[in-house]
Amino acid sequence: MSVSHDINTLRELKDGKLSFEKLHGLISGFKDADRFDKMVQIWQESVEWDDPILLPLAEHLFVVRKPDGRRVVKSTWGYEYCEAQENWKLHAKVFVRDTEELINEIYPDKLGCDPEWMQLREYYDPLSGTLLEVEVVPPGYPIVHDFKPDIDTFYRDWLGRPVP
Amino acid sequence: MLNRVQKTDSRIENIGWEGKTLRQMLKESDDIFERTGHYQGLKDLKIRTGQPILYEKIFSHLRGGLVNARSTALNISASPIVKEIGELSFALYTPEGESVALSTGIIVHVHTMADAIKYMIRNNYEQNPGIAPGHVFCNNNSMIGDVHTADVHTLIPIFWENELIGWAGGVTHEIDVGGIQPGSMCYGHADRYGDGLLVSAELVGTNDLFHEDYLQRCRDNVRAEMYWVLDEKTRLTGCQLVREQVYRTIEEVGLDTYKAFIREAIEEGRRTLVGKVRQMGFPGEYEAPTFIDLPWKNDETVHPLARKDTMMHAPLRMKITGDGHLGLSFDGANQWDYHSFNCAPSPMQGAMWVQLTQTLWNSDKINDGAYYATSIELPKGSWCNPDYDKVSTTLTWFFLIPSFTGFVRSLARSYFARGYLEEISASYPCTWNLLQGGGINHFGKPSAFTNFEISCQGTGAAYVKDGEATCAAMWNPEGDMGEVETWEHLEPLLYLGRGRKANTSGAGKYRGGCGAESLRMLFKTESQILFSAGEGHVFASAGVFGGYPGNSGYRHNVHHSNMKELAANKAPYPTLDGDPENSAISALVKGDEVFDLNQMTGPHPFGEYDLYASVQRGGPGLGDPLERDPAAVAADVNGGELLERFAKPIYGVVLTRGADGRLAADVAATRAERAAMRQRRLERAVDAKDFVARERERVLAGNINAPVRAMYQSSMKLSSRWAAHFRTFWSLADDFSF
Repeated sequence: MSVSHDINTLRELKDGKLSFEKLHGLISGFKDADRFDKMVQIWQESVEWDDPILLPLAEHLFVVRKPDGRRVVKSTWGYEYCEAQENWKLHAKVFVRDTEELINEIYPDKLGCDPEWMQLREYYDPLSGTLLEVEVVPPGYPIVHDFKPDIDTFYRDWLGRPVP
Repeated sequence: MLNRVQKTDSRIENIGWEGKTLRQMLKESDDIFERTGHYQGLKDLKIRTGQPILYEKIFSHLRGGLVNARSTALNISASPIVKEIGELSFALYTPEGESVALSTGIIVHVHTMADAIKYMIRNNYEQNPGIAPGHVFCNNNSMIGDVHTADVHTLIPIFWENELIGWAGGVTHEIDVGGIQPGSMCYGHADRYGDGLLVSAELVGTNDLFHEDYLQRCRDNVRAEMYWVLDEKTRLTGCQLVREQVYRTIEEVGLDTYKAFIREAIEEGRRTLVGKVRQMGFPGEYEAPTFIDLPWKNDETVHPLARKDTMMHAPLRMKITGDGHLGLSFDGANQWDYHSFNCAPSPMQGAMWVQLTQTLWNSDKINDGAYYATSIELPKGSWCNPDYDKVSTTLTWFFLIPSFTGFVRSLARSYFARGYLEEISASYPCTWNLLQGGGINHFGKPSAFTNFEISCQGTGAAYVKDGEATCAAMWNPEGDMGEVETWEHLEPLLYLGRGRKANTSGAGKYRGGCGAESLRMLFKTESQILFSAGEGHVFASAGVFGGYPGNSGYRHNVHHSNMKELAANKAPYPTLDGDPENSAISALVKGDEVFDLNQMTGPHPFGEYDLYASVQRGGPGLGDPLERDPAAVAADVNGGELLERFAKPIYGVVLTRGADGRLAADVAATRAERAAMRQRRLERAVDAKDFVARERERVLAGNINAPVRAMYQSSMKLSSRWAAHFRTFWSLADDFSF
């Protein structure tokens, strides 16, 4: 069944302002095939830079096309991390909670982890200080590459058009 | 009515279709799928496209019959796990063992029963012991097809004339399975020989009746024998109701149409899942490892082989390919061991299946088409595919539950990329604490129990709303805690209180749902063996997009307490533990206190008036906590879900108390505090490359605690790919090892 949602409804969805009834309708109804393009438009409106968004990668992070054709991971505030296939975390600011004192800033004693067994790695956007991801791994664990998108396949095979 | 065949005294040769054996049918089914990529080679779904109303009608008949079977049968059970929590389900299978349709309930088992049926077919049960009308089979062996010993299957063949036209299957979770210690999922022993009553795809009944010698064996080998035997009858009744509905359907639509329908339903299922992946997923590779701790080095109640500190490694990777195939891999998982948390492939498939029903394919039409649309790589020799088939598997869930949290987070990244924000979840928390045990109970009888409050954990935050409090389990979406009074009837432990637990929600722009806790006191019993289970030194799930995990667990018990004196003197006593830094138990009760992070314990003895705190989990959070609505933070504190002293360090929210005593957010002060916090974050953070250089030195020096080091060693030994990944990331020599 062909379904399409009004772009204002999707703006309200992104901003968490959709009524519960409308949200329930979105969840339980058929999915709209034009959602990707509309959401990219909404995300593009939400940032102050002009590089075209190819893919919303994670909260506050996008893969954009630069004028020279490179695909770059870029934040809401304009920080450019790396090429799309690289792990943006390797180019972020990181703060590691690896002592009881630092863990207990977030968790009451006994409700958090033991720093000997596990640490919390907080990845911040270098321009805004926004917390983008919290990794919970044991000491010595390689930084996790959460998502390596196959943008070419998506556009070419699933959307049926070349990557912009 | 003449064509129904429910009883027989003689064996039918070649019970498959067109004179084939079941083994021939299963092999042909596997071969044709391998060759064509379509279930049974079906390229056209003739009934579905030509007679869509008939197709839906047949499905509704079968589905309705399954749901009805479950709703009717559960009233036969006396076990609160079945009757109140709903830990049972029924499913209908093809002759080869693929699920066609299923009931509501604990549907993780739908594919595990498929594995058990296929085991019987591959092992030539058709010849010995025979598969005939009226036969009843039972299985609870996870190496054959099950999750763990406590989940007991009943499987009956459905015949029409001389042909097997399918199977009905039912499963319930048992309160006790006769393990070396009481409880349905006891652990602490080294291997299978302590797991309890094992029924390995066994013929246990004929002519629709259980063999009396089988029932007697059950009574002789389990502690809660009444529950076991009544649950046998519950499952058999449900299966018979399912069979009856199949007969009614065939009588209405004809045998040929029924046979064609069950094939089409599974191929439709396969196509539906591939379509869902292409509709809502994003091609690419995803990485989401999880871990759980097993701190048994100093636990003298466990077997010497199990007495060590261990860290489980579940390095989940998800790959979505251009053709819509969804594959999971656990390559890099560490080795199985002499504990009860090992998984066979069947429970891993079951877990993937139950997650699909709650994520990509949340429809009542899900069936084994999902199995044909997905794949899962489970490295041989690891905890999720042991190369020793006598491992203990009583509590497979302890490793399995955390290992799949990354699946939901990876799907969340897909949904975000595609714009389906309404589907995003930060995943689920683990379902702990698990209280179980037994002894001489408050009626003076030897007994065992397993408390299923674990069915109600907080859910993960969504992209647009907070998670829900105390309502769900990853293995059964229909969460129910059960009545306090019902548990007190079964267990010699009074509830001093049950309530929400502050600071269990994972922080975030949207927080996870709140977790719960109960405080129990042993009463009218001299002694009980009690287990507790859960992560204590780690977070076994994680948040997403800047959200934090929900709480980890802890152990807080008091032995030889003065509760009797407190009660006699009408003195204040604790109803919950509350804030562990200002524990109500510690403040009000005297005795031998055990208060630490060793949440996962072996079978420990407790006496009358001893206290046992049972802390459940809150859901993980989503997004930066500094982006949370300050008013929502104030509401959390006023509602008892967030301790006031954490409003500022986590959320940057400055609270002021009004004349009515309630707290409100000071918006201007909060804005200033948050700006300052963002600045402080950047001041104390380092460039990631500097962190990598620093951590590399730690790896080179081996300055990592023993269980984590052992985890790395084991993963590198089992997987050359993971070893290369580890060495490459840290720029280590090709022969580096710890």
